[in-house]
Amino acid sequence: MSIAEGTRARHVPDRLQSRSGRILRSWEVLLGGIAIAIFIVNSLASPYFLDPWNLSDATFNFTEKAMIAFAMALLIIAGEIDLSVAGIIALASTAMGWAAQYEAGAAGLICIGLGVGVICGAFNGVLVTRLGLPSIVVTIGTMSLFRGISYIVLGDQAFNGYPSDFAFFGRGYVFWVISFELVLFCTFAAIYGVILHATNFGRQIYAIGNNPTAATFAGIHVARVKMILFLLTGVMSGIAAICLTARLGSTRPSIAFAWELEVVTMVVLGGVSILGGAGSILGVVIAALIMGMVTFGLGLLNVPGIVMSIFIGALLIGVIALPRLIRLSRTGRVA
Amino acid sequence: MSRFVKSREAILLAAIVALIALVETRFTGFAAPGNLARVFNDTSILIILALGQTLVILTRCIDLSQASNLALTGMVTAMLNAAHPGIPVVVLIAVAVALGLLMGAFNGLLVWKLDIPPIVVTLGTLTIYRGIIFVVSGGAWVNSHEMSAAYKAFPRADILSLPVMSWICIAVIAAFAVGVNRTALGRALYAVGGNPGAAVYTGIDVGRTRFWAFVIAGGLAGLCGYLWVSRYAVAYTDVAGGFELDIVAACVIGGISISGGLGTVTGAVLGALFLGTIKNALPVAGISPFWQMAISGAAIIVAVTFNRRRAPGRVILKEAAA
Amino acid sequence: MKNGAMPAKPVLRLDGITKRFPGVTALSEVELALYPGEVTALVGENGAGKSTLVKILTGIHQPDSGRIEVDGIETRLPTATAAQEHGITAIHQETVLFDELTVAENIFLGHAPRGRFGLIDWGRMRSEATELLTRVGADIDPATPLRDLGIASKHLVAIARALSVDARVVIMDEPTASLSQTEIEELYDLVERLKSDGKAILFISHKFDEIFRIADRYTVFRDGERVDAGMIRDVTEDQLVTRMVGRSMEAIFPRRHSDPGEEILRVAGYSHPTEFADINFGLRRGEILGFYGLVGAGRSEFMQALFGATRPSRGAVKLDGRIAVIRSPAEAIARGIVYVPEDRGRQGAISAMPIFQNVTLPSLSQTSRNGFVRIAEELALARRYTERLDLRAASLDQAVGNLSGGNQQKVVIAKWLATKPKVIILDEPTKGIDVGSKAAVHEFMAELAADGLSVIMVSSEIPEILGMSDRVIVMRDGRIAAEFDREGLTPEQLVRAAAGYEEVAA
Repeated sequence: MSIAEGTRARHVPDRLQSRSGRILRSWEVLLGGIAIAIFIVNSLASPYFLDPWNLSDATFNFTEKAMIAFAMALLIIAGEIDLSVAGIIALASTAMGWAAQYEAGAAGLICIGLGVGVICGAFNGVLVTRLGLPSIVVTIGTMSLFRGISYIVLGDQAFNGYPSDFAFFGRGYVFWVISFELVLFCTFAAIYGVILHATNFGRQIYAIGNNPTAATFAGIHVARVKMILFLLTGVMSGIAAICLTARLGSTRPSIAFAWELEVVTMVVLGGVSILGGAGSILGVVIAALIMGMVTFGLGLLNVPGIVMSIFIGALLIGVIALPRLIRLSRTGRVA
Repeated sequence: MSRFVKSREAILLAAIVALIALVETRFTGFAAPGNLARVFNDTSILIILALGQTLVILTRCIDLSQASNLALTGMVTAMLNAAHPGIPVVVLIAVAVALGLLMGAFNGLLVWKLDIPPIVVTLGTLTIYRGIIFVVSGGAWVNSHEMSAAYKAFPRADILSLPVMSWICIAVIAAFAVGVNRTALGRALYAVGGNPGAAVYTGIDVGRTRFWAFVIAGGLAGLCGYLWVSRYAVAYTDVAGGFELDIVAACVIGGISISGGLGTVTGAVLGALFLGTIKNALPVAGISPFWQMAISGAAIIVAVTFNRRRAPGRVILKEAAA
Repeated sequence: MKNGAMPAKPVLRLDGITKRFPGVTALSEVELALYPGEVTALVGENGAGKSTLVKILTGIHQPDSGRIEVDGIETRLPTATAAQEHGITAIHQETVLFDELTVAENIFLGHAPRGRFGLIDWGRMRSEATELLTRVGADIDPATPLRDLGIASKHLVAIARALSVDARVVIMDEPTASLSQTEIEELYDLVERLKSDGKAILFISHKFDEIFRIADRYTVFRDGERVDAGMIRDVTEDQLVTRMVGRSMEAIFPRRHSDPGEEILRVAGYSHPTEFADINFGLRRGEILGFYGLVGAGRSEFMQALFGATRPSRGAVKLDGRIAVIRSPAEAIARGIVYVPEDRGRQGAISAMPIFQNVTLPSLSQTSRNGFVRIAEELALARRYTERLDLRAASLDQAVGNLSGGNQQKVVIAKWLATKPKVIILDEPTKGIDVGSKAAVHEFMAELAADGLSVIMVSSEIPEILGMSDRVIVMRDGRIAAEFDREGLTPEQLVRAAAGYEEVAA
């Protein structure tokens, strides 16, 4: 009668659905469809859309934000959030601008940008993981604090005069129309995709986001994982600060203002659950492309940026509301 | 009484008094009643918005669309006034409140009926409402000279040596003091945020309570839309840009717990007043106004650290319980 | 209308009530009648459907089918408010109160006394609260915030809350679980008063002595079905137990030949500031050590500290004769101690994740290479352990949340076995799972012990404790109250030790 013999145990297959069946019904496919539709509409609406240089220019709309969004996606999947990312950009950019006044070279500036990112990320991480404070409040505070320091330093002034070789990180091209930033974007997309989907660390992120208590009980060092994620988000904000500062060639304290909300929008639009536990890097990549294309396409039609935000906002609510509305009308229940 | 002395509100009040006293030592006259009344008047809008936000946060939600709601209703009233100067101000205020209620109801419905996380809903409506301003205004400004004198004068009108703006704020505070403490809805907010599962057992509809919190927050944002635009006598797309986070900051400093169910009307008012005092104190203390943002950021972090709640385990041992 | 010869008409009658949840039928065609001025005891094991019934009566859950009659008129109870309006009120097992509100408000939330303009009258609320608290024998200032109260006082507040509505039916779900002996006596007085007021009382309890002391009628639930009902005076304790358990003990528990080896674990002086104190015991290889106690005796709290999820203030653990420092679950797992929690949904399974990922979560270092996951290895590991437990699932990548309670428990156990532990702590391993899965889990435990694994089993079910354990430790109020060998151990001994009745019995 032993159940360990295994002879009596029924066979449980590894997978129920075929891989293709599952992919076809995924969020990423829905988003991809929207992206393609926008691409087609854009190319029909404006003859300038398909020009390679124009398209290349358009990528600057999203590359810097998307780099942060990758790290933010991991953080949100783990059940936390960082609203201070734009504040980190402002502080990092201010620190770089200050150093540039003392003739710091490009290498030095990059170290400073990354360093500020690490310090800010660590500050957030310590407050959240050591003191157990809610990340949404902590990072609303540090958002003001970090950008506030930039205001104290700069007031209504600006830092200019970055070294000429520094500009490459924001305006340089690696090959033909392929900008340095685009290469960076693709590289980070790949790196974060692998971290999240193919490593033990990524698996632990999902576990923590779904059920932090069960994750702790399974021996995962929840605080340590979250600390690393805050550091990563800080570093990515530092990298975005380097690119953005190099691209603009100047630093004002209002640099990257309200980017935190755009980054979060990108992540959520990409199918990452704001409640944690679910999401993919591919989704975030497609969401970045959608937001970039909408901005660029409507820009070509001389629609001002603020109107595009209506579209983005509606898309954000719409893609989440639609499946729920359908379920509600079919079953009378949302979940 | 002893309970109040130990409360977070008392500590915050002490901090504000200390701040005022500190500034007074460097600039005599700051603590004069007339000046304090000016500070209060200047902070009125933040207080009203923070009170609206308090209701929402009490139910474990958040409303990031308040500032956009304010800017849109402000623009609509300004444009109505510019196009038809004959419309009485009272009607414009009613329009502002109605519009605000509508936008709040939209947020609330999405949270209630579709169960979409409030931060996502209001992040979306934050950009949508802001975008609509541009659509209705075409990006144009409504400047002071286009507004009627009555439109601009109303909040400044003086009653018993306080401007109407201050009186409106006082009325809202009074209404909240009664509404939050002495109505079924007010108490339901605490139940829903404090323990949503248990709220159901007491017959409280969690979704409906949240809906009403959003509606009221929206209506107040609409009211503030008119107040803001008439006070500063200008309406444009970016009015109050980024202000949504200042409102949340005021609530957090006021001890409203972001995880819901904990906070008071007094706390929200004091939190807003703390920020308002700093804003008004900096220039007279000879500190650059550019310090304000960093100070309020630091204040949020200090406040949330201070208000941190430790989840207590069950007390099983008899001697520990005694 | 006294309890005379004339049969009273029931205030509340349930007929053919069925309630299904995904993967389990919680109630199947049950009936129940409550009479004015009488106490009806509802008995059944954990998972028999008692809590679901309470939720239906209080308007939290809707039955899938069946009739609810109040005063002979068919009614629906779609909300908690509707149930209250029909005069049905409940003292819930888990405290459904609000820590940040005052005692008075906790009593009156949802039906506070109104004054002028329909506004809440705080003054009246406080005085009425004082009155109610006096009635339940609690000396508590109604203006105190609830969070400042201990668990017993909170319970009295919950009772006061139930009495604050004009109730005709009072449901008491294990009302004495966290009360002291004096408070329990006061509660009995209160029940007598409610009876004489003509209220119908549904009394849910695991303590047979109190059932026989205060109940007039009984209803027995087993596995979601009503198996018996009648007058208390017509039944004996043994008969009631038999009907509740529904099978003789030898039949359901695997026959074990136990032969424990050397001591593998020794716990010395484990203490916590508020939850437990002076826990000392040893565990031998291949032994099953039962931990019995009433709900809230501190068993789970101690186990979680032993597992590193919370920190003890004092005490030491020796594992294989060496001092082991356990500061986190990760360290406990590394040293071979694993914990299958009672609260499967919150602490055990990660319901949105697939079965195989749940199983491999603590063993990722086994299945990965250089930190990169290898799905094929994961599936193989998951298969090895889930097949051993005879898991019923559509596929290994099915989300755990879609499985029945029993199968979820198998996934959680498989997860821990995959780490190849030396000591496995099972906290209420069969709570809320169906009979078939229960038997499988028991059989499996026996097998693990035979393989040399040491098992600590926390259980509130007496048959399980008696049927499975080699040795039993009873905890009460955060301390070890007694220790027994299995030989000759009776349910009465366990109950007395757990409730602290030695003096009363003597």
